Amino acid sequence: MFHSTKGRAAVGSALAAVLLTAGCGGSDASSETAYDPNAPVTIDVGLFGTFGYKEAGLYDEYMSLHPNVTIKETSVEQSADYYKALQTRLAAGSGLADVQGIEIGFVADIVQNHADQFEDFSKTENAAAVKDTFYDWKYQEATTADGTVLGLGTDAGPQAMCFRKDLFQQAGLPTDRAQLGQLWSTWDGYLDVARQYEASPTKQADSAFLDSPGSIFSSAVYQGDLAFDDKDGNPAPDTSDGVRSAWGYASKAAAEGLTAGLSQFGDEWNSAFANGGFATISCPAWMLGYIDSQAGPENAGTWDVAPLPGGASNWGGSWLGVPTAAEDKQAAMALVEWLTAPEQQVKMFTEEQHFPSSSVAAEDPAVAGATSEYFSGAPIGQLFGDSAAKIKRTPIGPYDTQMTQAFTTALTNVATKGQSPDAAWDDALANVEQVTGG
Amino acid sequence: MTLASDSRRPALIVETPAPRNGPAAPRRRTRLTRNRWGYAYVAPFFLVFAAFSLYPFLYTAWVSLHQVNLSNLDGGTWVGLDNYTKLLHSQFFWNAARNTLTIGILSTVPQLCMALGLAHLLNYELRGRTFLRVVMLMPYATSIAAATLVFAQLFGRDYGLINSLLEVVGLPRIDWEGGTWTSQLAISAIVTWRWTGYNALIYLAAMQSIPGELYEAAEIDGASRWKQFLHVTIPSLRPTILFTVVVSTIGAVQLFGEPLLFGGRGTTTGGTSGQYQTLGLLMYQQGWSNFHIGQAAATAWAMFLIIVLIVGINALVGRLRSRNDR
Repeated sequence: MFHSTKGRAAVGSALAAVLLTAGCGGSDASSETAYDPNAPVTIDVGLFGTFGYKEAGLYDEYMSLHPNVTIKETSVEQSADYYKALQTRLAAGSGLADVQGIEIGFVADIVQNHADQFEDFSKTENAAAVKDTFYDWKYQEATTADGTVLGLGTDAGPQAMCFRKDLFQQAGLPTDRAQLGQLWSTWDGYLDVARQYEASPTKQADSAFLDSPGSIFSSAVYQGDLAFDDKDGNPAPDTSDGVRSAWGYASKAAAEGLTAGLSQFGDEWNSAFANGGFATISCPAWMLGYIDSQAGPENAGTWDVAPLPGGASNWGGSWLGVPTAAEDKQAAMALVEWLTAPEQQVKMFTEEQHFPSSSVAAEDPAVAGATSEYFSGAPIGQLFGDSAAKIKRTPIGPYDTQMTQAFTTALTNVATKGQSPDAAWDDALANVEQVTGG
Repeated sequence: MTLASDSRRPALIVETPAPRNGPAAPRRRTRLTRNRWGYAYVAPFFLVFAAFSLYPFLYTAWVSLHQVNLSNLDGGTWVGLDNYTKLLHSQFFWNAARNTLTIGILSTVPQLCMALGLAHLLNYELRGRTFLRVVMLMPYATSIAAATLVFAQLFGRDYGLINSLLEVVGLPRIDWEGGTWTSQLAISAIVTWRWTGYNALIYLAAMQSIPGELYEAAEIDGASRWKQFLHVTIPSLRPTILFTVVVSTIGAVQLFGEPLLFGGRGTTTGGTSGQYQTLGLLMYQQGWSNFHIGQAAATAWAMFLIIVLIVGINALVGRLRSRNDR
């Protein structure tokens, strides 16, 4: 029923265009090709959550470098709400900002289904030089099969293992981050440490070794060759090596009672940070700030960071893209290139603790040499930098977020309700079927 | 209270006799022209109604016959009744339907009984009656989100107040959110807390329109307070009770905010094994978490049909009872 009105509108605008060009003669065409980079322009930036560009003063800096540019930001707090609005706007083809934030949860949907609605960053003048500043996996995730680049990376979420030094000490475990990294170079090693912790007679009462089995699952799943999807980005969790092995470790931890059985980002999980409810949690770079805010200043120096078991893994991160509907595409793309350039990514790390998706920025001494006072002086720049450099690209799909949730909730049932891992696996696949079957 | 006087309400359209000396024009046309200002005055409402109720209503029906995702709303493919057959074969639909029914019973029945009792007590001459009435309406004036978040913390497993109290009296802690019955009881508690006062005020208003002579007569016949309540108050309130039952039933079928927020993360699964996922939540999950708009529209229509069915049964029962009374 929309077709008829849309068709009519299209005919109307086509007619208007014909009349305009006819009225103004041929002089119009030449002025359109000659782009004036100094004409006054307003760039609308549509974001979600806390990108922090405004807070870090980057907009002001850009506007003073380019006095003709005015930047207006609109931000939606929850990325899920943002994504719904973005989808309806893409469907309607209107209401889009000149620059749109794209999160890892929906970048695959954009790449698979909306590639024709975003500008291509591989066609710009300095595209090759820009490409070289990014981690290859980051650059590729926003690239379509035929090489169209739909967005440039902002931050990344390389993962490490955060642990409570004081709880480890109390349970008689080593607290040296390098030694722990050795002990849990594999997930099996990590589970061994977990068993020691749970068996310790001196461990803090009511504390578990890790927060939730999802903590293992959602980081281990991206360490295989495949995660939730096949090579073409179609959902295929039951045949994936990553899902199988991640499920194996996580369900073992859940069934053996090594976890606190909490749901991540729930109320109880939040409270458990301050109450010492668990001793370890896999933490992407952005979670350090979250832990800091939940555990509070009184827990400063109790936390530390060690390498993630089983190799590198990424959780989270975003891109900036320019919709083809943008009014001044050149100006918008220039802004995106500048915001995601290494110098700005370094600044975003030092000011807002967003880990760079640019390898050049991550190797900058200001990032690579960074330590965290709250996390017992851990060399976070080097820890997360090592992780980010080792991340291999696994295919991602549009339903990864929902599938992660299906598996982690099933794992919670193993941990809290004593459900058998096999029955939980079947439940998880039934939930996945509901999500992807539609 | 409006429904209480339903039987005495005059018919809406009063037939006015046609003017005798007027021309023999067709009756319908005269009425249309004579009442055109009336139609003009009600038109804005019906236009708004058509745009924001009727159109979405029909569009939902249309969408439910397509396989559509949020990002290609225009490009869906026609699948006929596929979404409905899928729904009827879906374990998730039946799970949600069962949860909606049990939470509905757990919340509606105690809520209306308590409201009736409270209204009866408030109907006596009490000191500070107005104050008590205002207090009763306070939960209704609280936002669902705020109330649910507070209740979710009270019912917390590790750090919740209720579990702390249980521990003090020597009882084991309960994983309220994790269990099926416990989570449904907790959600019913939120609903009951929120709506009891509101229904009590409706009952109270209806009680005050019961003529005092009835009670006097009953008292002369030697009926106790309790007998008066049973044989005078309740029969007089029957239309009001029917009204509140219908309204609470519709509310129960549409229950959404409480189960959405009870988990504390705003996830749409309704617990780790869907133990408190209601139909409203399932619809939201299909549409706004999984982006299957056609599937969600089919669920919306299924909910609508369920409500129509329940209201129909209610009306039928009401009519049969009033016929028996005559």
